[in-house]
Amino acid sequence: MIFSKKLLALLALVPALAFANEGGFPLEKAPDRSHNMAALQNGAKLFVNYCLNCHNASAMRYNRLRDLGLSEEQIKNNLLFTGEKVGEMMTTAMPAKDAKAWFGTVPPDLSVIARAKATPSNSGSDYLYTYLRTFYKDDNRPTGFNNMVLPNAAMPHVLWELQGVQSAKFEEVDDPHEHGKKMHKFAGFEQVKPGTMSKLEFDTAVADIVGYMEWMAEPAAQKRKQLGVWVLIFMTIFATLAWRLNASYWKEVK
Amino acid sequence: MAAFKETKFPADAPAAKKLMGWVDDRFPATKLWNDQWGKYYAPKNFNFWYIFGSLAMLVLVLQIVTGIFLTMHYKPDATMTASGVPVAFASVEYIMREVPWGWLVRYMHSTGASAFFIIVYLHMTRGLMYGSYRKPRELIWLFGFAIFLCLMAEAFFGYLLPWGQMSYWGAQVIVNLFGAIPLIGPDLSLWIRGDYVVSDATLNRFFAFHVIAIPLVLLGLVAAHLIALHEVGSSNPDGIEVKENLGPDGHPVDSIPSHPYYTVHDLFGVSVFLTIFSAVVFFAPEMGGYFLEYNNFLPGDSMKTPPHIAPTWYFTAFYSVLRATTSDFLWVLMVGIAAYTAFLWMKSKLSSMVKIAVSVIALVMIVGMLPGALDAKFWGVVFFGGSVVILAFLPWLDHSPVKSIRYRPDWHKYVYAGLAIAFVALGYLGTQPPSPIGTIIAQIATLYYFSFFLLMPWWSAMGTFKKVPDRVVFHAH
Repeated sequence: MIFSKKLLALLALVPALAFANEGGFPLEKAPDRSHNMAALQNGAKLFVNYCLNCHNASAMRYNRLRDLGLSEEQIKNNLLFTGEKVGEMMTTAMPAKDAKAWFGTVPPDLSVIARAKATPSNSGSDYLYTYLRTFYKDDNRPTGFNNMVLPNAAMPHVLWELQGVQSAKFEEVDDPHEHGKKMHKFAGFEQVKPGTMSKLEFDTAVADIVGYMEWMAEPAAQKRKQLGVWVLIFMTIFATLAWRLNASYWKEVK
Repeated sequence: MAAFKETKFPADAPAAKKLMGWVDDRFPATKLWNDQWGKYYAPKNFNFWYIFGSLAMLVLVLQIVTGIFLTMHYKPDATMTASGVPVAFASVEYIMREVPWGWLVRYMHSTGASAFFIIVYLHMTRGLMYGSYRKPRELIWLFGFAIFLCLMAEAFFGYLLPWGQMSYWGAQVIVNLFGAIPLIGPDLSLWIRGDYVVSDATLNRFFAFHVIAIPLVLLGLVAAHLIALHEVGSSNPDGIEVKENLGPDGHPVDSIPSHPYYTVHDLFGVSVFLTIFSAVVFFAPEMGGYFLEYNNFLPGDSMKTPPHIAPTWYFTAFYSVLRATTSDFLWVLMVGIAAYTAFLWMKSKLSSMVKIAVSVIALVMIVGMLPGALDAKFWGVVFFGGSVVILAFLPWLDHSPVKSIRYRPDWHKYVYAGLAIAFVALGYLGTQPPSPIGTIIAQIATLYYFSFFLLMPWWSAMGTFKKVPDRVVFHAH
């Protein structure tokens, strides 16, 4: 197959079009919570308590939480705070108009945010996991906090009591793009005031919230994969049979 | 018309046979089956590349059936729900979560759309390699080209429906391209959109086009495509006209009846396709953001422009041609057009009338590309459209004495490989944000792409061709 070899050599001439990722805070991999019901339940608890104060998750029905092993009683007794029924959607009590006036922007709906924030190199969970853990003290911001992943975020540091207050260290380094100029480079966080959780406890809690949000973005994911295994087994058997059936007929063709 | 003649069956004939006889007396059912498939003789040397026509039909049916079920629950409404999410976007999430098996139907439809384009591009590659578009099959190719145009329109209209960020802004960009047409542009864009920006009006009409208008046209064109094919008979990888060599039974010696041989052959091909298709639907429906864009999980917001607006992967090659047409590149194109016109005058066997007409068009184009005349955006749209339309001319551009790549000079294979590389490079570059190097590569690939077709009347006839055999190359299984 001389042609294939030459074609391969030709293809090697195509310049490698590997462009570096544009700047952006490096994202940490979110721990996988997809097989941990207890963690997902914890995440649901934290989500309802901390996030639904401002955000909607309007595609998520409370009673779908039964998929995480919670009973309707448990949902009613622990997760419904503003008089909703268990069959209703997770909506916030904060009117959008007020949110816009108070924060300058309407908090986005979080139903599928874990799918929306994905990039080719990182999952949406990675984004959310890093985002929720990189708030730092910044007196220039109206909320008193800024964020490394989303600079000048309008969102306050909702989990500040759990994480405590951390500040970001910056050091001046030479700008690699423009000689003679200096730029600020991030050099780590420093705990200013401790929170109610240790760093490990906080990271675990955030991982649970993010794991919950990943589940919430596609509740059918687990079922999809489970079913997929059976479908592929069936299709492989079917294709093999079709292959041999085809071969048996084509033996007659001279 | 002959008087009605009732087929008589003996009293003990099976009921099914009598029923079929009753139908056949009133409707050519058995005749249709036999003419179109049962006793439709096709060359016996079809290879892997010949499965894609059948697969395209399968995916068309798949898209229609899944589309019907989606239409039962989808709402084409750009207004907001009480929670501030567009109704259309919310209805898709409703399908994904609340409709039993809705997630499966949605994923089959979204994967099916990408699968359709993969199949159609491979189907067209077969045509290119084996000269399937050559006389007497030019009309099959033209119907196929029309199908390709309808398919692109169908995908474009369908993509707006989920009303995500990419849906909204992709539609905004493409409809605005029509605004670049001089004189009528802005009014044309207004008419297409039904509003000054993409809005609820646009969504509703795109829904109508996607759900019924274009599918009806597609079905008609597919029927025409197949009728034209069956009229002249299929070609084959050797490019031999099998009907020129008939056997004692009146059928070509190198053909076999489609039933049972291609029934069972296509069944195998379909089963392999469905296995791969299922793997994607159940394990990778997003396909790394290529089949379901990540950004499209954000509700469409006219106030927030995404940092990168890229079309879906199947449009990116042609989109690259649009982006490559910068004002600097116009100078290169002007030189190219002038050179091509001169070449035509010197080397072409076309009549003087045609040569003069071409020269007039070339002159108009060159003048229009000068600074101050029509801007690069307009010419980008022209070449964007041109890169698609040039495919339609293939039957008249190809002057090779043989149909199939198998009997062409070896170096022709590299020319085809170059086209494949150019097309894939353009496709890849279209997914990326523009960059100086990327633009240069896209421009080189664009020049190669157009040269491949425009110079084909000459290069396709050059070189030492191999002898085409009398009988098809077939190895017994």
